[in-house]
Amino acid sequence: MDVIGSQLVAGVSIGSVLLLVAIGLSLTFGQMGVINMAHGEFIMAGAYTAYVVQQILGDAGLSLLVALPVAFAVGGALGALLEQLLVRHMYHRPLDTLLATFGVSLVLQQLARDIFGAPAVDVRTPSWLQGNVEVLGTVVPWTRLFILGVVVVAVGGLALLLTTTALGRRIRAVVLNRQLAETSGISTRATDRLTFVIGSGLAGVAGVVLTLVGSTGPTLGTGYIVDAFLVVVAGGIGQIRGAVLAAFGLGLLQAFVELSTTASIAKFLILVIVVAFLQVRPQGLFTVRTRSLA
Amino acid sequence: MTGGLGVPSRRNALAGTGALALVLLVVAPLMLSDFRLALLGKFICFAIVAVGIGIAWGRGGMLTLGQGVFFGIGGYAMAMHLKLADAELNGGSGVPDFMLLYGDGTVPGWWEPFRSPLFTLLAVVALPALLATALGLAIFKRRIKGAYFAILSQAMVAAFVVLLVGQQQTTGGTNGLNGFRSFFGYSLSDPANRLTLYYLAAGILVAAVALSAALQRSRFGELLVATRDAEERVRFLGYDPALVKTVAFALAAALAGVAGALFVPIVGIISPADIGVVPSIVFIVGVAVGGRAGLFGPVLGAIGVAWAETSLSEAFPSFWSYFQGALLIAVIALLPGGAASLVDRLRERATSPRRGASSPPAAGAAGTPAPAAAASTPADRPAEEVHP
Repeated sequence: MDVIGSQLVAGVSIGSVLLLVAIGLSLTFGQMGVINMAHGEFIMAGAYTAYVVQQILGDAGLSLLVALPVAFAVGGALGALLEQLLVRHMYHRPLDTLLATFGVSLVLQQLARDIFGAPAVDVRTPSWLQGNVEVLGTVVPWTRLFILGVVVVAVGGLALLLTTTALGRRIRAVVLNRQLAETSGISTRATDRLTFVIGSGLAGVAGVVLTLVGSTGPTLGTGYIVDAFLVVVAGGIGQIRGAVLAAFGLGLLQAFVELSTTASIAKFLILVIVVAFLQVRPQGLFTVRTRSLA
Repeated sequence: MTGGLGVPSRRNALAGTGALALVLLVVAPLMLSDFRLALLGKFICFAIVAVGIGIAWGRGGMLTLGQGVFFGIGGYAMAMHLKLADAELNGGSGVPDFMLLYGDGTVPGWWEPFRSPLFTLLAVVALPALLATALGLAIFKRRIKGAYFAILSQAMVAAFVVLLVGQQQTTGGTNGLNGFRSFFGYSLSDPANRLTLYYLAAGILVAAVALSAALQRSRFGELLVATRDAEERVRFLGYDPALVKTVAFALAAALAGVAGALFVPIVGIISPADIGVVPSIVFIVGVAVGGRAGLFGPVLGAIGVAWAETSLSEAFPSFWSYFQGALLIAVIALLPGGAASLVDRLRERATSPRRGASSPPAAGAAGTPAPAAAASTPADRPAEEVHP
């Protein structure tokens, strides 16, 4: 029971990190079919934002809370720039977007290396997040619970935005049927831009939170991006609940497979399981039913 | 699409392949120092991968971000054989040195078959091809394509690297496998043998290009391009696009495997850093820059980009990353057909009659008589058109 409890907690913890890095990606990929390889570098930018804010403010606790909205703005601004300069011109060539944004990620990584140096920088954890708490008979660091909290707020906020606001309605309309949305008077151009900004902003938020559990270096984003894409693929595009289920599903899977083998073999098995799962459901967990032939 | 089918005439393909063979097999060994020639040998390995990517991505539309896996399987298969052979060479235990260091001093069972040279050579080609076939059937039969395929292939390479790093005792971990002394009985420190190795790599590249040219002209080549451009129509015509794509993917995998196997004795090391997520995308960069769908674009692009990286990053280490990123963005956004399409565009402009020539409004507006305008037409314009 103890083992199951601890793996359950570990799985949820892995899942919450996965969800946080994947949720913005799920939005941009789902909305526009655009694969943004620079998403990982937006996460990295968010992490460095946390570092810079902490250098300016000094107090670790205050700076963490300040960094969250600032990083959203930084990520959003980077996203707006990328969309305006590059992605906008390539909506009809999704695979080429992948390569072009990989070029952007190379540039951003080197930029981080030149500004902050290649070694990881130190971001202090606030005193009120140090220490542990016992959940299900397992000792859990407060930082892990904080991440879970941020994820709940971010995903909940996004869900509210999509279901209750006019912007959310427009986004969902464009996902369902771009042409029909356009003929109904929705500016798909403006919707695309805003969606991209929100998705990239969420990457920035993810970066801030990741400073609590890992080191902050120029290659921070690369470590997460592949897993994030797997979550999006397994979850199916265009819906949040797919990403949520896939993230926690993969997190739990990882935790329990690790139990009987090593972490590296667990990672390998997860890929095999995802490929096998796509045999059953090629479109992922949830799909938006459309009439398009694709 | 970029330049339609982009199939050069039989004569041009033959002439181009011949020129490539002449440059690589005759000119380069005469002109370059041993050090530079070894570098070129390494770039040739990348070019062999690029030929495969040109087939799978350029003509088949499958953006494979996982060629590192196949390159790695070929490379590690060869490296395992060389390690085992070296260990037997000095009258030793038959156990590779790093296993004595990190492992329990015994050779694991799955290493044993690689003692046989024949099995190794077979594995270098067959293992990548078989893996690609299995994966291709699983993915393409379920009509998973485009971005989904790209992401899965990338996840595959990420998982492969994690597996390699995790099994330090049997794969060398992050250090990889290195320190090879002989290649099928020939000493690797002998310059003459290293030269032979270069010729071997260059010869295989020329053969790969010839194979790619033959494929381009075949029915299968046409079917592949048709599948890239209109998969549904190919299906409606009674073909199975999944099979077409799987064959092309397996071929690209086999070429990457051979390239990996050549890379090991030429460079002297194979490690996860050579085959990870980023190197796998960098394989693509050369192909994109050279021109993905053509015959020579991938080869020249791969060699050109690798050469630029070596010479530029020697001089300005951080500059190269910016340059590579900017190059990729610029080529993909502005010149999707790569450098090859630039050549085509220039040739088109040179051979086709000048568009403005039929109506010289500029000349007329300036009040110049029409015959003067006709006389100023470029020399390469056919004479009978100037004076009908």
